[in-house]
Amino acid sequence: MRLMRYLLSALLLYSGQASAECLTRGTGDMGIVIERAAGSVQVVDRRAHRALFRIEGLGDLSHASAVYSPDERYAYIFGRDGGLTRLDILCGTITHRIVQGGNSIGGAISQDGNLIAVSNYEPGGVKVFAASDLRLVADIPATPVNSEKRSKTVGLVDAGEQRFVYSLYDTGETWILDMSDPANPVIQKHEKIGQLPYDALITRDGRYYIAGLFGQDGLALLDLWHPERGTRLILEDYGKGEQKLPVYKMPHLEGWAMAGNRAFLPGVGHHQVLVVERGEWNTLAKIPVYGQPVFVMARPDGRQIWVNFAFPDNDTIQVIDTETLKVVKTLKPGKGALHMEFAPRGEEVWISIRDKDEVQVYDTRKLQLTHTLPVAKPSGIFFTARAHTTGL
Amino acid sequence: MPRTIAVMTALLIAASSAAVAADVPPQRQAELRYLLKHDCGSCHGMRLEGGLGPALTARRLAPYGVDFLALTIIQGRPGTPMPPWRPFISEPEAQWLATQLKQGIRP
Repeated sequence: MRLMRYLLSALLLYSGQASAECLTRGTGDMGIVIERAAGSVQVVDRRAHRALFRIEGLGDLSHASAVYSPDERYAYIFGRDGGLTRLDILCGTITHRIVQGGNSIGGAISQDGNLIAVSNYEPGGVKVFAASDLRLVADIPATPVNSEKRSKTVGLVDAGEQRFVYSLYDTGETWILDMSDPANPVIQKHEKIGQLPYDALITRDGRYYIAGLFGQDGLALLDLWHPERGTRLILEDYGKGEQKLPVYKMPHLEGWAMAGNRAFLPGVGHHQVLVVERGEWNTLAKIPVYGQPVFVMARPDGRQIWVNFAFPDNDTIQVIDTETLKVVKTLKPGKGALHMEFAPRGEEVWISIRDKDEVQVYDTRKLQLTHTLPVAKPSGIFFTARAHTTGL
Repeated sequence: MPRTIAVMTALLIAASSAAVAADVPPQRQAELRYLLKHDCGSCHGMRLEGGLGPALTARRLAPYGVDFLALTIIQGRPGTPMPPWRPFISEPEAQWLATQLKQGIRP
């Protein structure tokens, strides 16, 4: 009996030591920064403005993105090379890693946090995995383009009621994948939504799914309260009669900003941010800006819009006041200002500056640089608060 | 005769690309490699293994000649997202880049 007790306490001590490397803290003020060229990730404390861990061995992280488990402990990283990696951000370790496709473009976590969906260019389609151990749950091939190839899938987001929504680049479709019963996925296909959808977003309330179209003017809108009505083209007249500029970097729609009843979005091929009225989806204004916008992101309170730009203007960030619709500040943070992430309540914004190998932190009230962190070729920044937001 | 012309053309192209490589100074070559990795890479993948745009590996580009590839870089491909890089890349630089791609450069 005594031996038993000894063994038990020894076991407890051992397990205590084994986890001594892990942090004992909440994760609500943590995040990760992708080091895209090195294939590594830094786990950061966003209030202390410092790195906690660097995790290596994640493969090709160009265009990598991440989602979080509902408890904000695990981050799922989607790599370009088809890698899907589950990180424990308290321990700074990889818990699971698979290479699930040949060429991928982002993913999403289900409403209940139990499923991870990944969007693949090659082989074209979506795969769904168990969030707990990354075992394959469903494989949904996209529409064939020819005998060898299937359509690339883009703009994958999570929606309410255990659904994922995504679009097919080559065949111009939007599919709703209902995973309510993981053993029996149900697909609802919307065909002919428009030419070459290249990315999409879902509004924070989960109601509207909007795909950007590269092959024609306008965007394809799907009201997820009424999917039976199908998609409709909005902003069809946008850019008509104006010379479109060559696009050196496709805009991202994920950061599409809603401020009050207005949506702010990048003008494709134009040095403009569009202001659109939600509901009717008419253009209210076009705000002239420094270059072609890539990310157009609202501070969480909706008072400011922060914009970064495509090559060759990616050394600049502009801030727009959402009341006056005027640019109130032009910042020159350095070349390769790729990604921005706001603190959940908006007091700070973190910006990746690729060519300076650093992340810069700005006070959004004073519009001033307050901190810098050394990060090798930083791209995406993802704070844990995303765990509780539809579409992120 | 057509064969002679083909051989001569090939020789000329080889000679011109060799001359071209010499025309692109090392520092500019480094800039172009950086551009290839980070800016071309945003569509073609940082390892050039493809993304929304096709892979730019030697194998994938095998069916195309250096001149065609250089022209594609300079002019873009209308009807696709590939933009013309003329404002940022000169013709000799495009020739150099195309030659590098054909040789299987990994930026």
